[in-house]
Order: sequence, then structure tokens, then C-alpha cells
Amino acid sequence: MSVAAPFRREPPARESTAELGLSGAHLTRARMLSTLAVLLVIVIFASLVAAAFGSVHINLLRAFSDASSPDHAIFFAARLPRILMGIAIGAILASVGAALQALVRNPLAEGGILGISGGGALGAIVALVMFSRLGGSELVVPLFAFGAALLSTVAVYRLAIVDGQLEPLTLLLVGVIFNAFWGAAIMLVNSVVDFYYTHSILFWLMGSLEAPTYGEVVTVTILGIAGFMALMFYARDMNLLALGDEAAAELGVDVERVRRVVFLATSVMIGAAVSVSGIITFVGLIVPHVLRLALGADHRLLLPASLIGGAAFLVAADLVARIAIAPAEIPVGAITALCGGPFFIYMLRREGRHPFSL
Amino acid sequence: MSAAPTAVRASGLAAGYGGTQVLHEVSFEVAPGEILAIVGPNGAGKSTLLKVAAGTLRSWSGEIDLLGRAIGSYDRRELARAVAMVSQENPLAFRFTVLEIVLMGRAPHVGAFHFESPRDLEIARRALERIGLLPLADRHVQELSGGERKRVFLARALAQEPRVALLDEPTAFLDLKHAAEILMLFRELCTSEAMSVIATLHDLNAAAVWADRVILIKHGTIIGCGRPDEVLTPQNLREVYETEVYVGRNPSTGALIVLPAAPPR
Repeated sequence: MSVAAPFRREPPARESTAELGLSGAHLTRARMLSTLAVLLVIVIFASLVAAAFGSVHINLLRAFSDASSPDHAIFFAARLPRILMGIAIGAILASVGAALQALVRNPLAEGGILGISGGGALGAIVALVMFSRLGGSELVVPLFAFGAALLSTVAVYRLAIVDGQLEPLTLLLVGVIFNAFWGAAIMLVNSVVDFYYTHSILFWLMGSLEAPTYGEVVTVTILGIAGFMALMFYARDMNLLALGDEAAAELGVDVERVRRVVFLATSVMIGAAVSVSGIITFVGLIVPHVLRLALGADHRLLLPASLIGGAAFLVAADLVARIAIAPAEIPVGAITALCGGPFFIYMLRREGRHPFSL
Repeated sequence: MSAAPTAVRASGLAAGYGGTQVLHEVSFEVAPGEILAIVGPNGAGKSTLLKVAAGTLRSWSGEIDLLGRAIGSYDRRELARAVAMVSQENPLAFRFTVLEIVLMGRAPHVGAFHFESPRDLEIARRALERIGLLPLADRHVQELSGGERKRVFLARALAQEPRVALLDEPTAFLDLKHAAEILMLFRELCTSEAMSVIATLHDLNAAAVWADRVILIKHGTIIGCGRPDEVLTPQNLREVYETEVYVGRNPSTGALIVLPAAPPR
């Protein structure tokens, strides 16, 4: 059943559940592998479509066979790095969203809401304004973004600890406040600097995958993989966290350590993503939510599924951003929010019940 | 069996939250296969006592030995294999199925990167069967009634295969039939597998018929400790609950019964 339709969790008939030794109601290796394989096929398909289409349509066969063709040049200079970047950023945003939601036991958590990406964007904008006339901003801006995202995370984490205890809801509220605060600071910078900077500032606020270098792709991918491995290490502990801190500890989880490591890993991942693509919203909310509705709540599957699903979602969204009003472009962050919002509402309503009722 | 060390031995326990001390100089022992009920009024420190024994309370002093070893010498997962706790409140974020929750009881037994083995699944299935939840195995916990939900978490504790079960109001939310079944089930486990149970109970009648020994506690201090008929006396209960009680015998079974002695209308 799981191989034929990995996206459905049809409850089997009550009697057969007992007979089959409880298949279907829990995660098995076979169900995990078949589900991830399907998601992988989807991301490959989305990437091929995204490679072929754009403001100029190219022939993928010619791009590979004829090195002197314009198809070859467009594919390797523009399309491929952009698709790879979309895969890396989408994977980071969605898997981080899933992890942070588990960490604070709240469906609203993601890198943006917790103020991580806002801090990164502010760092980028400050560096941009300070260094653009001096030169060298290509390197300094991502570094500032990355550093500011980490600093913002540490600040949120420290300030959320009251009486030596980290209360998830306090963490979420402190993050929301930081997010709003960084947004206001960016607006302040925008209003005091030259009009000349407004376009760049908008780029960081709306998020875009425009013109990444291979160096950036490799850096983001390495940081993303490192962070994701830390998340996967605690995947089962994240399941137990759903029972509350006390019950998780009674089942052998070092709750504080899980929180610290996962929070640090997610901030590295978000910092890397923001430093090259700005704030892309909704991916970290919508992808884990949709996958949780379809696949269940077990983080051993949800985290890798979000990783791959997020990649597919952002590659597809970026394709729309590139071709909707070609040759001009829409910021991909606007596309994710515009498609993501209504689709998300539809999924919630279709389910007919709140998927996070406690 | 006679050579087995004491399951739990606590001496001179003190514990509290912030500046408030909740337990004072509490000492007790539980033998393998024994059921100890902790009774007393609201806020007496019953749940705190369980949390100390579960090893999750941060600040406490005194000594607790578990199966002959100091509780501090256990690492977290090792402790979780020896002791299972079912709290009064069982919050749950996200829509896990009943089976998934019960399988979480296997977490301290399973390596970090392993899926639950057929044996783990069999243990979870058996726990569900014993607690009468097998037909609900693939339902989401959020869809269940309060009593069914409570039993899910009791099944999780069974799947943990602990030597000591700490149960905070195990019969709260349960109807008469299910409450009796749960108490009987844990009695069976104590007999057949030498599991020990420490349970807080508001239901003094349940404590009287079910527990081997009872601790009566008030303001964090033990008032009485011993067989139910030694501890649940009218004098003790009047002192602890500050109300008149009637203590008698069930005419058909001879069991101790405790009733509030209602004031005349």
C-alpha cells in the first residue's frame, strides 16, 4: 500500500490493521524510501522543466551535445547555477521550518518568524550601504548577512531564557518581536540612504535567486548539508519533543542540548540562505505543513521530505518568477507568498480540521 | 526474587520550585512487584514526589536509589529504560497516531538511527492490546476522548518495559470499567514481571483495594505510611483532609471503604 501510494495515509480497515500487525500507522524504512524516491522524481522533473523554459526556451539535448551553441552557454552560465541555488535554498528553508516547528511545538515557526532571516537581511543591507562605494561588497555583503543572522539567533535564544528555562512560546514571541524590529530597522535604513539603494534593499526584502555564482551555490550547499545532518541526528528526539519537555526528558532526551544544537544548525542554514537570496517567505511554512498533512508527523520522514519537497517547490516558484512577465522578473519571494498563501488555506480547509490541535 | 535489591529507596528527600519548598524529609521504599499509592490533598507534593523519582526535577536533595544504584549514576536513556512516568497532563503537538505515540515508548531502547524492529512493534502491539486500544492504533490521538487519550499514554509506558512505573493519577478521566481494568493490569504486571508501581491517587477507595502500601502526605510531609487499613484511618484522614470522613468495610467484599461524612442537611 505504501509503495503504490506513498502520499496517502488511508487508514486501513480497523480489523485488517490488527491482522497485518499494524501496518500503515507508523513509519517504516520501506515507506520512507518510497516516499523520498517519489519526491526526488518530482524535483528532477521540476528542474528539467525549469532548465528548458525561461525568457528564452533552450534545447537541453543541444546544450549538452554542442558546446558552442547558445543553448550550452545559457544552460551553464544562467539556468544551471540558478536551479541549483533554488534547490539548495528551497531545501534549507523547508527543512529548517519543519525543525523549528518541532523545536517550539508551534506551527507558526520558521526562519522568518523567528527573526533569523530579518537579522540577516539587515546585515546585508547595512553592508551594502557601507561598502558598495568602497568595492568588495560581493564578498562582504553575504558575510555580513550570515553573521547578522547568527547574532540575531543567539540574541533571540538568550533573551527567551527566563529563570534558566527556555519556554517555547517565549522563544516564538521574542522571535516575532525581533522580526518586526529588524523590518523596521530596514525601513529606517531605506529612508535615510540614497534612492539608489532602494532596488537592492527590495531585493533583500522580497528574496530572489537572480544570477548566483557557482561559488555561492557550493558554499550554501555545503552549509546546508552540514546543518541538515545535525537536524537529522535529532529527528527522533524532535518526535519526542511533541510530548512536552518533561515527557521527552523522561524518555531519555537531553532537551536543552537538542534545542541548542538544532537552533544553531538552523541559524547557520538560514544565514547561508539569506546571505545569497534575501528573505524568501512561506517556503518554510507551507512545505512542512503540506507534507505533514500528507505523510504524518514523524520527523525522520518529515525532515528529508521537506528538504526535497522544498527544493522542488522553490525551483517551480522560481520558474514562474522568471517566465510570468518575461523578459522582466518577479521576485521569487513574491511568488512563494502569492501561491503559497491561498494553497495553504485550501489545504487546511480541505482537511476540515486543524492539523495542530493540541 | 528475595535477592533482588529494593526497586526504589528514597531517604531525606526535599524538593521545591523557585523559593517554595514542596517536599520535606520524605523517605520510603518500594520493593520489586509492590504497588505504593501516594494519597493526600491537592498541593501536598504528590506529583513532585513522582517527578523526583523520574529524575526530571532540577532541584532536589536527599538520596534516591533505583534498583540498588544512585539515580544520579544513570544516564538519561538508561534511566528511561528503568523508569516510565505517566503525568496527569499529556500534551501533544502535531498529529501523531496512537501507534506512533506508543512506539515512542521504545525510543530509549532503540539506537538513534534505527527504525523500530519487529520486536519493538510487537511490544507496542501487545501494550495496545493489553490496554484495549488495538482497534484505535491508526487513529490520531487528537480524535480520541479524554479517557482513551489517557490510556494511550499508559500504553506508551507499558511499551517502555520499565522496572518501575510512576503513574500520576492513572485513573483520572477513566470510566469505572476502564479504571478498574487499568489498576488490574498494573497489578498483573507487578505479579508477573516484578514491576513496581508508585501511583498518586485521589480515589482513596481505589488506593485501599489496590495498593500494597499507602503513603499519606500533607504539606510535603509524610503523615502515615503502611498497609491501607493502617494508614487510612478516620483520625489520619481527618487530620490530613481537614474534613470528617467515614471509614468502613464493604459488606460484600470486606474491602476498606472511605466516604466523606457529609454534614446533615
